Amino acid sequence: MANIQDKIANVFPQATFEQGETLLVNIPDAQWHQLAQTLRDDPELSFDYLVTIVGMDWKDKLGCVYYLISTKHNHMVSVKVTTANREKPMLHSIADLWGIAGIYEREVYDFFGIIFINNPDMRRLFLSIDWKGYPLRKDYDDSDPNLNPISIENERQDDNTYTWVEGANGSVQKKTVPVFKEDDFVINIGPQHPATHGVLRFRTAVDGETIKKIDVYMGYIHRGVEKLCEKLTYPQTLHFMDRLDYFSAHNYHHGLCLCIEKAAGIEATPRAQVIRVLMDELSRIASHCLFIGTYCMDLGATTMLFYTLRVREQILDIMERTCGARMTFNYDCIGGVMQDLDPNFVSDVKELLAVLPKNIKEYNKIFTGNVIAKNRLEQVGVLTREDAISWAVTGPSGRGSGWACDVRKTHPYSIYSQLDFEQVVRTEGDSMARFKVRMEEMEQSAHIIEQLIDNIPEGDICAKVPKVLKLPQGHWFQLVEGCRGAFGIYIESDGTTSPYRLKIVPPCLPLAAVVDHITRGGKIADLITIGGSLDYIVPDMDR
Amino acid sequence: MPYEAWKDNEYIESLVKELNDHGANIIVGSLDKLINWGRSNSLWPLTFATSCCGIEFVSLGAARFDMARFGWEVARSSPRQADFMMVAGTIVNRMVPVFRRLYDQLAEPKYVIACGSCAISGGPFRKSYHVAKGIEDIVPVDVFVPGCPPRPEAMIYGIMQLSRKIKVERFFGGVNRQEKQQEFLASHPVPGVDDTEINEK
Repeated sequence: MANIQDKIANVFPQATFEQGETLLVNIPDAQWHQLAQTLRDDPELSFDYLVTIVGMDWKDKLGCVYYLISTKHNHMVSVKVTTANREKPMLHSIADLWGIAGIYEREVYDFFGIIFINNPDMRRLFLSIDWKGYPLRKDYDDSDPNLNPISIENERQDDNTYTWVEGANGSVQKKTVPVFKEDDFVINIGPQHPATHGVLRFRTAVDGETIKKIDVYMGYIHRGVEKLCEKLTYPQTLHFMDRLDYFSAHNYHHGLCLCIEKAAGIEATPRAQVIRVLMDELSRIASHCLFIGTYCMDLGATTMLFYTLRVREQILDIMERTCGARMTFNYDCIGGVMQDLDPNFVSDVKELLAVLPKNIKEYNKIFTGNVIAKNRLEQVGVLTREDAISWAVTGPSGRGSGWACDVRKTHPYSIYSQLDFEQVVRTEGDSMARFKVRMEEMEQSAHIIEQLIDNIPEGDICAKVPKVLKLPQGHWFQLVEGCRGAFGIYIESDGTTSPYRLKIVPPCLPLAAVVDHITRGGKIADLITIGGSLDYIVPDMDR
Repeated sequence: MPYEAWKDNEYIESLVKELNDHGANIIVGSLDKLINWGRSNSLWPLTFATSCCGIEFVSLGAARFDMARFGWEVARSSPRQADFMMVAGTIVNRMVPVFRRLYDQLAEPKYVIACGSCAISGGPFRKSYHVAKGIEDIVPVDVFVPGCPPRPEAMIYGIMQLSRKIKVERFFGGVNRQEKQQEFLASHPVPGVDDTEINEK
C-alpha cells in the first residue's frame, strides 16, 4: 500500500492520503482525469477494474468516491474527488477510460445532480426527465408527495442526450446530441416484455434484423432502497437485501452483515460462519437452476424449466425448514444468523447432494449438447476479457470471458480461504461459455457444501451484539460474491445508529449496461440469447 | 369447490345477494351460469412481474404447484389475450403509466389481483420517494393476496377466489363491471383524454 502511495505522491504532489482498510487518495478535480489515467495505465498500478462510483453528499460539499481494483496485482485503492459548488456541481468524467464509468456517472448525476464534464451521455438513469430534485442529496425532502406526484400520464421522452464539453480556456458548454441518427429505425422492447427478464426497456435501432445500437432504460423498478436505508437502523437495513437480487438473498445479507460487523468490530461465531457459507452455496445452486430453466425457456426449450425447478424446489424446502420462508429469508443477522438449523438440515442437504449430479447430467443431456442450443449459443455475443474488465462484468458472465473474478478467491471473506474449490473460468466469452460456467459452478458449490455439511461446529449461532448498534465514524467497503457477480456494500457512518450513506454496488447494473456493447452488429433474435445469458435481475440494478 | 371450504366470503355473498335482489332471469341466468363456468375455469393470466413475487409466479406455473390443473396455465405475454393480470411486485412512479396502459389494453371483462404487500400498499418500500403506495389508486383491484412474497398456495387461493367471484357475476349485461370501470375512470381522469367518449361506446 505504501508503494502505491509513494508512486502517486511522486507524480501528484497535491494528493493527500488517508489510511484505512483501503488507501484513500484525495485529489483535486482538475488532476483527477490525469490520475485516473495513471492508475489505469501504469504497469505497477494497473487498476483496470472500476468497482463502483459512490456519489456522496457531505452537506458542505458533494463528491464521489471511486473504488478501483487491479486484476493483475489484486490490490485496491479508493479515490475521493469533491466539489463545494452545490448549485451546479461539476467533476471531470472518466468515461473514456473505463467502459462502465459512463453509466455509473449517470447514476451519480441522477441521484446527486453532479455533472460530469466530457461524459458523452448525461441523462437521468433511473428517474424520469421531469423529476424534480436529486433524491439522495441530504436536503431532498422525500416526505412531500406533491413534489414528484405519481402520474398515469405517459412519461415525457427526449430524443436527445446532453454532454458538457470543456473548451480550451476552461469554460464548460452544454451540447445537445441526438441519441439515434436521423434515419435510424428504432423499435421499443420492454418494459413489459417476456424476454427482458423483468421491467427493463431497450430502445433498439435496427437495420433490417441487425442491431445498430441499444439504448437501455432502467428505473421501472427503482425503489430508492439506498435512501430508505438512511432512515433505518443498521439491523433494519438488512431486510432490503432480500429484495434486491432475490436469488442471492443469503449472499447479499452476508455482504451487508460482514460490512457492518467489520465496522463494529464484531466477529460472527464459527457455527454461524459455516451456516452462512452453506446457505450462500445452496442459494447459488438454486439461482443457477432457475437461470438454466428460464434461459432455456427463453430459447424455446420450455421443458427444461420443469426439470430445473425440481432441484430448486428441493433447496427452497430445505431453506424454508430453517429460515421460515421460501424467498425472502432475512436469515443472516449482525453477528450470526437468526435461528439455528432445522434438525433435519444435514440429512436434507445430503439427499440433495445425492440427486444433484444426476440432475446436472440430465440437464446437459437435454440441452447443452443439443444442436439447436449449440447453434444459438456458440459464438453468439462474444465478450472479450478486456471488455469484461472494462465494463466490470463480474460473476459467471465475466468468468465466461476468461476473467478470474470470483471474489471468494480474489478477496476471500468468511471461511472461503480454508475451503477447497475451483474457480470456473472459460475463455470463449460467448453465450455458451456463460451458460456452461453456471453449470459447472453448481458442481463446485456442491463440492463446498460436501466439505462443510459434516463439519458444522457446535456453539452459539450469534455473537454478542449490543442492543443499540452504533458504528464509529468512518467508511467501509465490502465485496462478496453474489450469484450474478461481485456485490459491494459501502457504508459511511457519522457515529449514529443509522448509516449516513449506504451504497449498494449491484452486479447486474454492468450486466445490463454491457448489452449495447455486445449486441451491436448482432441479430435481433440474439438479443434474447445474450440478455438471457448475462442473467441480470432488474430489481437488483434499479435498487 | 365445495361451499364449506370458503368460510369467510362476505364479499361474494353480497354479490350473490345483489344478483338475487334483482332477480335472475331463467334463460339468461342459465346461460350466465354456463358461460361463467367456462370463464372461471379458463382464466388466462398476463405475464406481468416486476420483482420477487414474479418468481413465485414462475414456481406456480411449474410442475409442483401446477396452476394448469385449474385451467390457468396459458400465461399470455400480450395483454390483449389475457383475462386478468396478477400484479406481482412493486409498482414505482415510472412504471405507473406503463402499468395503467397494460390494464387499459386488457380485453373486457378484466380482473386484477394485487399480489404481495408491495402491490397492496407499497410494502417495505412504502416510505420511498419513488414507489406507488398500493395499486388501488391506479386500477380497480378484485382480489388482494398478502405476503412478501405470497406463497404459491396463497396465489392459488387468490386466483380461486377470483374464479369464484366470476362464477357469481352476471355476464349478460355485465352491469357490475362496466359501472365499476366508469366510476373509476370518472374519479381518475387522465389529462388530455376524454373518457366519456369511450364510455358511451
